[in-house]
Order: sequence, then structure tokens, then C-alpha cells
Amino acid sequence: MNNSTVKKLIPLLVLATSCAATAAESEISDSDRIAQYREMISDGNPADFDEMRGEELWKSVAGPKQATLEKCDLGKGAGVVKGVYTELPRYFKDTGKVQDLESRLVTCMTTLQGIPEEVITAKPFATDKKASDISSLATYVVGQSKGIKMAVSTKHPQSKEAYEIGKRIFNYRAGPYDFACSTCHATSNVRIRMQDLPNLNVKKDAQTAYASWPAYRVSQGLTRSFQWRLNDCFRQQRFPEPKFASEATVALTMFLAVSANGGEYAGPGLKR
Amino acid sequence: MGNPMKIRAAVKDGVTEVKILMQHEMETGLRKEADGTLVPAWFITEVKAQYQGRTVLETQFGQSVSKNPYLLFRFKGGVAGEKITVSWLDNKGDTRSDEVSIAG
Repeated sequence: MNNSTVKKLIPLLVLATSCAATAAESEISDSDRIAQYREMISDGNPADFDEMRGEELWKSVAGPKQATLEKCDLGKGAGVVKGVYTELPRYFKDTGKVQDLESRLVTCMTTLQGIPEEVITAKPFATDKKASDISSLATYVVGQSKGIKMAVSTKHPQSKEAYEIGKRIFNYRAGPYDFACSTCHATSNVRIRMQDLPNLNVKKDAQTAYASWPAYRVSQGLTRSFQWRLNDCFRQQRFPEPKFASEATVALTMFLAVSANGGEYAGPGLKR
Repeated sequence: MGNPMKIRAAVKDGVTEVKILMQHEMETGLRKEADGTLVPAWFITEVKAQYQGRTVLETQFGQSVSKNPYLLFRFKGGVAGEKITVSWLDNKGDTRSDEVSIAG
């Protein structure tokens, strides 16, 4: 072997050792790393601030009627917030409708505080310029269900109907991309970019996914409600934008909530 | 005055662990509005933690720190029930100071 061959070999060897090191490191999968990252930051979830803001709003007088929301009936009687989220959506006698948390909050804000529905639903999602009252209120309410098992009932015929409609929406392919929710969320062990996609037809996946919303999105610096989550799913599918707290979104929520029944609610969550 | 921090402190085996969640926009000064105008820089520059008049942590923050930053640190000593004070200063001269009792 002459000298110049040796020289050529040295960089190759260096390359080989660095390749080996990379292989060893990648034994920790990307999703493990994301899980690690989530655990590291879960201790300091900025959604806590939104929860505090929501609690403040819940107890403050507002609207033309100058009332608080402390008499709002979210399903377990006037003013009860503990555990209500685990039973929503549900059928409400007074409105004669199946309602999710956010649509029910709209009802309370209109009936108790006298705020017109259009005012509440005009800009229901937070931006980096302006916080959303309804979203903060929802964050506060869900926080009071932490650690309680999901138990959404489909006993009432309208609840059952909402569930069936939701299931159809979940599987309904349409739009310019011919997409359905199920296109991404009905197969196990697939991912989009770095994110593992939950298979929402599998109980465990559905439970984990549903239990983690609403959530603080680190990349957006905002706490996002469940209505926002659905709205963004439809946007990604290039569907027409759904109306806030509409029957269709409530039905889809019903389907997803029932799929998560039995799972422990863990929100508000924290997302990358 | 800035928005309140959320601070938790607990002592275990003679070491106090302090967890701080700050509320701050942490604008880098590099981001632009939709119309092209620059969003001015606005971020925390200094964080300080004091225990019994002694500085137990002094740190400088910059533009690369995220919005609503979270900081965890430990120091030797600390007695349950005693107070720890955390304060920050931002590049606009705004400050915020909060205190919490150390849990046992």
C-alpha cells in the first residue's frame, strides 16, 4: 500500500465511525424524542394561563345583562364545572339540541349575559393579537375534568343520531383532495412528517388523542380549543370552513368523544 | 408591569427545585406583519431568583427563547415555608416579580 492510498483511507474511516454513531443514536425514534420533549415541557404548560383567564371570565360579570356564568348549566346542573367535559357533547332539554362544550357556552353567554350569538361566534379563535373569551372559558372548564374518565352517553335518540352523523362525516370523502378525516386517521402506525397519526378507529389511540385537546400549541404560542382543532382539520382537507359550533362539528365531536369513552381525560394538553 | 409568573418550588434531600413559567411574548424583532412591517423586538433579557437576600440564579435571556418560557433550576439548601423571589427584566425596561413559598 503506498502512502497516497493510506491518506485516502483515513477520511473514509472517519466517515464510517461517524455513521456508526448516528445509527446508535437513531435507535431512539423520532416519536420517542417528541415524547421526551413533551414530558420535559409538560410541567410548565402555558395553557395554565389560559385556564386562569377562563376562570376569571367565568366569575366576572359581562354582557348587557351584567351577569356571570356561574349559573351556566353545562349538563350537571347550574354552575357545576367539575367533570362536565367528560359527558359532553350531550342532549340539552332547554335548547332541544345536542351540544358540545363550546356551543353550550354560547347558549349560556346569550341567555345569561345577553351577548348576541353573532358577537361571540364572529371571531371564536384566539390569534396572537387577541385572546378568545370562549376559548379561554373552554380551557377553564376542561381543566376541571382532568383525571376523570370519559363517559359520553348516546342514550338519547338525538345523541345517537349525532353520533351516527359524526361517524359519516369522519368517513366522508370530498373536496379538491378527495379527503376524509379517515384518510389520515384510520390507519395504524403512520405519520405525517414527524408526527405519529392516531388511528381514531382504535380505542386507545382515540382516547389519547381526545384526552389531549384543547391544547397549547408551542409553535403558535396559543391555547387551541376543540372547535379550532376540527376547523383546522377541515382546512387541511380543503373543505369549506365549518360554521363555529355548528351541528356538523358537534356531531363529529360526538363521534370522537364516544370513541374515547373510558379513557382518562388529561387536558388541557401541550402540542409541539 | 408584566403578567404573573407561575412558580413552584419544593425542597427534597436538601436541594430545592424551582420551576418557573413566565408569561411573555418574546418577540425576536425579526418577524414581520402581513403588510411587511417589522414586529419590534420585545423579550426578557434577565431573570433573577433570590432566596433570603441571596441571588441563587442570575441568567440572561435572548431572542431565541420561546414565547411563555419555562425555566427549571435547582439550588442547594432552601427550607420549606421560606420564600423564593423570581424577577425578570425585558428589553423595554418592564419588570415582573413574583414570590412563592418553598413546599416541603
